[in-house]
Amino acid sequence: MKKYLLKRIAMAVVTIWAIITITFILMHSVPGDPFRQESKMPKVVYENLHKKYGLDKPLSEQYIIYLGKIIRGDFGDSMKSRVETVNDMIKRGLPVSAFIGLEALLIAVVFGPALGAIAALNQNKWPDYLSMIIAIIGVSVPSFIMGTVFIQFLARNIEWLPIGGWGSFRHSILPSIALALMPLAQLARYMRSSMLEVLGQDYIKTAKSKGISKATVVLRHAVRNAILPVVSILGTVATNLIVGSFVIEKIFGIPGLGMFFITSINNRDYPLIMGTTIFYAIILVIMLLIVDIAYMLIDPRIKLTKEGR
Amino acid sequence: MKKSLVLVLAMLMVLSFALSACAPKAPAETPGEAAAEPKILRTNNAFEPGSLDPALAQGTHDSWVLDHTFEGLTKKDVDGKIVLGMAKEYKLADDDVTYTFTLRDDIKWSNGDPVTAYDFEFAWKRALDPDMASDYAYQLYYLKGGEAYNTKTGTADEVGVKAIDDKTLEVVLASPTAYFLELTSFYTYYPVNKKVAEANPDWAKNADTHVSNGPFKLTGWEHNASITLAKNDNYYNSSVVKLDGIEFTILNDENTAWQKYLGGEYDFLTPLPQAVVAQLKAEGNPELVIGGELAVYYYNLYNKMEPFNNAKIRKALSLTLDRQTICDKIAQGGQLPAEGVVPFGMLDENGKEYRDGVGKLVEYNVEEGKKLFAEGLAETGYKVEDFKKFSILYNTLEAHKIIAQAAQEMWRTNLGIELQLENVDFQVKLDREKAGDYQISRAGWIGDYIDPMTFIDLWVSDGPFNDAKFSNPEYDRLVKESKATTDQKVRMDNMRKAEKILMDAMPVVPVYFYTQPYAQKPYVTGVFKPLNRYPYFIYADMNK
Repeated sequence: MKKYLLKRIAMAVVTIWAIITITFILMHSVPGDPFRQESKMPKVVYENLHKKYGLDKPLSEQYIIYLGKIIRGDFGDSMKSRVETVNDMIKRGLPVSAFIGLEALLIAVVFGPALGAIAALNQNKWPDYLSMIIAIIGVSVPSFIMGTVFIQFLARNIEWLPIGGWGSFRHSILPSIALALMPLAQLARYMRSSMLEVLGQDYIKTAKSKGISKATVVLRHAVRNAILPVVSILGTVATNLIVGSFVIEKIFGIPGLGMFFITSINNRDYPLIMGTTIFYAIILVIMLLIVDIAYMLIDPRIKLTKEGR
Repeated sequence: MKKSLVLVLAMLMVLSFALSACAPKAPAETPGEAAAEPKILRTNNAFEPGSLDPALAQGTHDSWVLDHTFEGLTKKDVDGKIVLGMAKEYKLADDDVTYTFTLRDDIKWSNGDPVTAYDFEFAWKRALDPDMASDYAYQLYYLKGGEAYNTKTGTADEVGVKAIDDKTLEVVLASPTAYFLELTSFYTYYPVNKKVAEANPDWAKNADTHVSNGPFKLTGWEHNASITLAKNDNYYNSSVVKLDGIEFTILNDENTAWQKYLGGEYDFLTPLPQAVVAQLKAEGNPELVIGGELAVYYYNLYNKMEPFNNAKIRKALSLTLDRQTICDKIAQGGQLPAEGVVPFGMLDENGKEYRDGVGKLVEYNVEEGKKLFAEGLAETGYKVEDFKKFSILYNTLEAHKIIAQAAQEMWRTNLGIELQLENVDFQVKLDREKAGDYQISRAGWIGDYIDPMTFIDLWVSDGPFNDAKFSNPEYDRLVKESKATTDQKVRMDNMRKAEKILMDAMPVVPVYFYTQPYAQKPYVTGVFKPLNRYPYFIYADMNK
């Protein structure tokens, strides 16, 4: 177990280094410049700005300087904000995004697989159809439409919840639900198909024929086995939710991290592009690791190393 | 076992609860003031300011807050006229370049320090400091030695601004500037508290340490979420300020912001979604106000490239563009069809509208356009089919796309040419314009100060924003001459002539003049919109 973890961590470091390098190269090969504006800015002012942010140095040198900073945990200064560093922005945005993301994840994890299981157990009956209609809506209606509809009906017309903005738990409810729908639907569909597969297996029939109650068969044998493929996609889903969604944050006016993924690229704010990408990569790697461990705990057949047996 | 996973998630959630609990919080209610409800105007600033330091601020979202918290030597009154602000008088010497300002006696910073001439000298030199790398430093190039200092060919001591004593500021300009008193109301010219800024270089980053000299002071700034201003009791003219404060949220989705306005969460809102403006206008809703704006929307033509180096081709494109239809049916935001490159609202030497003196320099005349186009094609040897390889470049935004589509269609119907549409990131568009890698590109210009010159000098041969690469010696001469005199008659005559030369050559095709529509609740009064600034709440009142 320990050896496995160490190996995984070493791999993660290499992965992140590769991501840093590729992002750095891609980012600088995209045309556009952070300091070009629709303005009469003289060339010298433009050059002053380039010098201030070290963009006048050769790319290889910038890369080495950047790696040095990253090792010290410093993501550098944003080129667009003179107020906050990239570290400040992540520190401030993450709790907000993570709060909404985890709320959404909880909703998705609780309701998604349940919906899928119900559908599978009632295959081709109305609960199945209903569940799958909900799932199809969740997958096919984009979150910006859901968000807008929620704002219009639940916040504006019925005035149950605030229209947008941030400040209290009430503000987080609508964006969380809007954010949860897609993964909820995905999880439901995964769960349904894997559940159907499991229900057809011999060991379920054996269990049934041994006279075990239906509930026990479903919970102890069917769900436990069917949930495995569902857990495997959870890492990616969780990461996407936690680091925030550009669309949801924009529509609901939430000061989270998701916004920076898009705005940094549009602004060619190099340090912020790197900062958010690396941060995302780190979270993703950690999540995938957690999923693997969860997998191991759920399925006793999977043993990762010989010692673990 | 799923339980343990859920448990982990729940724990993470609790953790982030705890983390977020120490971050964003609604401002606490002030207790004990139940008697008179404070008048707080609530509105939205669409983006987080890049800085609230006058030297580093560079956009509307920065300056809207600064315009309420700072005041320069001069300021704009309700009619948009320039009046004295921090200065009580000024003298202009016979050389036309030396100004001596005397400051008022009763001016204080929000922390109680007196505002002195040294604060102005410090602020202006600080913005010009090359190490400061201010985007807007060039706004101070009017000062003698300003450009040299900023470009490291001169020193701070050589810059033409000097405090003689606490109350006297001597300013020497590089050349006579007729609109200098207009410039001193602009935010790059705002003072900075020298004592505060020297003790703490990060003074402008937080509400606790922010010090200003205007009608309001910064009391709260939750990054990316909200900005709170309170009336500044140290402001000399605070008796005219009726509001107790202003609350800006920072929310950049126009539709959500509009829903909040409808839901009564804002008293005032700008910008508005385009469809909303069209709808409010159609129903004659009194909450909608179409504010003036000092900006022009145009298409650059790359004048250095065939066939766009041919004036007849360029003029034909202008003549066959139906600007009225674009404004009424496409843009629908209250925009006005362009009549040249200089928007409405600026006054000439007689105090009359500048545009009336120069007239309508662009028109919609398909017959004339077709004729010129045919002549232009004959002169350049180009064929109608050749235009298939040219495109209209615009930065990715729905509002630009629909206008580009309309222009494409008008030129197709009227001239028979099939132009392509090409959308790219804003930064890429700017890069390509600079590199001359385009044929037709969408552009816009917002005036820096209220004088036609802010538009006219865009197209001098070496102008930094002359992406059309227009060059005309007579045009350059007229601009240069206007810049060297404060004689309004000469200046205005020259600028009128220059604009005619420009529109005769048509290096750029003006489309419309921007306006700034805003919505305010019926109980809000006294808001005024200076031509080149966001609306001012300084004299606003609320009578609910």
